Amino acid sequence: MSARDEVLGRIRSALGAELPAVEVRRDYRTTDDRPLPELLDVLTDRLEDYRASVLRCAPDAVGATVAAALSSVPGDVVVAPGVPAAWRPDGAVEDDGRPAVDLTAFAATLTGVTVAVAETGTLVLDASPACGRRALSLLPDCLVCVVTADQVVGGVPEGLARLDPLRPLTMISGPSATSDIELQRVEGVHGPRTLLVVLVSD
Amino acid sequence: MTAVFLGIPTAPAGVGNLRGDRPFPDAARDALRDGQLRANLGHATTTIRGKRAGVVAEVPDWAELREAGRAIKAATMARLDEHLEELERQVTARGGTVHWARDAAEANRIVTELVQATGADEVVKVKSMATQEIGLNEALEAAGIAALETDLAELIVQLGDDKPSHILVPAIHKNRAEIREIFACTIPGVDPELTDDPRRLAMAAREHLRERFLRARVAVSGANFAVAETGTLAVVESEGNGRMCLTLPQTLITVMGIEKLVPTWRDLEVFLQLLPRSSTGERMNPYTSLWAGVTPGDGPQEFHLVLLDNGRTAVLADEVGREALHCIRCSACLNVCPVYERTGGHAYGSVYPGPIGAVLSPQLTGLSGGTAGNSASLPFASTLCGACYDVCPVAIDIPSILVHLRAEHVEAQERPGAEALAFRGLARAMSHPRLWRLAQRAAGLGRFLARGRPTLPAALPPPASAWTRTRDLPTPPRETFTQAWAREHSRASSRARPEHGA
Repeated sequence: MSARDEVLGRIRSALGAELPAVEVRRDYRTTDDRPLPELLDVLTDRLEDYRASVLRCAPDAVGATVAAALSSVPGDVVVAPGVPAAWRPDGAVEDDGRPAVDLTAFAATLTGVTVAVAETGTLVLDASPACGRRALSLLPDCLVCVVTADQVVGGVPEGLARLDPLRPLTMISGPSATSDIELQRVEGVHGPRTLLVVLVSD
Repeated sequence: MTAVFLGIPTAPAGVGNLRGDRPFPDAARDALRDGQLRANLGHATTTIRGKRAGVVAEVPDWAELREAGRAIKAATMARLDEHLEELERQVTARGGTVHWARDAAEANRIVTELVQATGADEVVKVKSMATQEIGLNEALEAAGIAALETDLAELIVQLGDDKPSHILVPAIHKNRAEIREIFACTIPGVDPELTDDPRRLAMAAREHLRERFLRARVAVSGANFAVAETGTLAVVESEGNGRMCLTLPQTLITVMGIEKLVPTWRDLEVFLQLLPRSSTGERMNPYTSLWAGVTPGDGPQEFHLVLLDNGRTAVLADEVGREALHCIRCSACLNVCPVYERTGGHAYGSVYPGPIGAVLSPQLTGLSGGTAGNSASLPFASTLCGACYDVCPVAIDIPSILVHLRAEHVEAQERPGAEALAFRGLARAMSHPRLWRLAQRAAGLGRFLARGRPTLPAALPPPASAWTRTRDLPTPPRETFTQAWAREHSRASSRARPEHGA
């Protein structure tokens, strides 16, 4: 008998003939009716709590805000292929699909996001053209994400509902961190040590 | 129904890290003598308890999330075979390969052969309880393959040639000064000026591992969740070492216990709220990676999923004990347990320590039999205070399972022990009023020994000394409850019915 058949057989005999129907009640919050300005404030608060920097700006000021944010970062900037031209700082290089490890040559990455969850301060990247492949938001030491107001939802259930589970997804809540030494959180381990979020609203 | 009756095998002995070589009380006694260990544990668990309580309190629907988490897990277990088959279909349809392993030895063999097929002699690892459980690193090493742990705490344990002592933070028993010493002695070319500042230590780990991540061709991970309906796997982490392993190598091998799956994508909305707040006390952990099979041009182009039984189906066969399979490995129960806080994780002898370990480990290995090592002692490693149940994000009733396993252990004994004999005598006395009164009167003699103190000096002769050595025996009262009742009752009735008075 194959291991597959044997394990499945063990499960069936463990469960026995009577299979109880278990009802799953979803009485928890699945929507958030707070007005958008409030959600943007919550998102900002949560991101800053994790030591991310949040820069808020109007839609026509994204490029200038990104450029100002990156002015203090020495080195080259790589952008995801789907990032709008108006957001890109001068001299930024578009990701050309080079071997992932070569992305370490860049000091900073600029991407968009798919959705942002206010309550947990979470940005989700889904490997779409605006977000780029996963290595792009991982290897350079500084990550700049542009979040537009329409991408912001209240809680985790609303966030997941907007995602495609078949895409490679990365949820990012603050810069890389660890709690492994005496259970105290310190920021900055293997992922980007700096996270800058440009939050765009009218 | 018991696992033994059904003939479902438990985790085999001689491979993996589920069994200790000494009973819990013996190992605990040594741990309690280590003052540094107790100080480190007390500090760390106090910190994390406060953080967890804070972020749980700010979620108004925590109770509803917890109930949904419990129900989803129960529903998953009730149709585990169907969900696993669906997961296999979905992972396969997206370019992954699914392997099934009856036990630790088979899983180790599968992974070793997969690594050998790539020609690599080194793998990078994401922290994973399943691979700790089966002793994968040792198996790979025996085949000449170096397994490099990349989680900071796992790295500390590996460099220190130590054993993990906590589910979430395997190096919780070490403080910053001890970690600095380990790094200074074991990391080649480490900055001699390295201090014990946690930030500096984290930087040292970053430098040490950076190069290894970039050249790695094979990664081995566990999984926090797998979604049956989509074939999506999830790894929840903080440092980014997980992302490195899941993104950069050409080949990814994920080892997952068969109980880790959830039926639907939507179910993750519950667990991604419950897990981070319960484990690290954060609203959300820094990084969660989700992937389904292989994505051309992004991440590993070869993906293997190894589904591990290793005693889980035996646990499933126990209608009370199977709830232990609902565990999402948050470790909140460890952090609140008064026993764990004092003994630490090593005393449990298993990679699963603390309250959840005390119910999971002995069920995976089986309680009885000479090969069980310390398993039979684990259900007794608890005061049954219930703090673990209160904090469990999926409401596993750990105290009830502990009591259930204790009963199973007692019933499995061929000859009754001293404790069983004592309770048998007590049961007889309590079911015979005259005998009971006689026993009470005899116990009253203890008042002479106490000489006015509230407890008796710990002085009962063997074998009763085994009980009194660690427990205070209260001084018997001047008057027992039944005596008081009789006195009060006769006085009350004499007031109520004066015609019967003297």
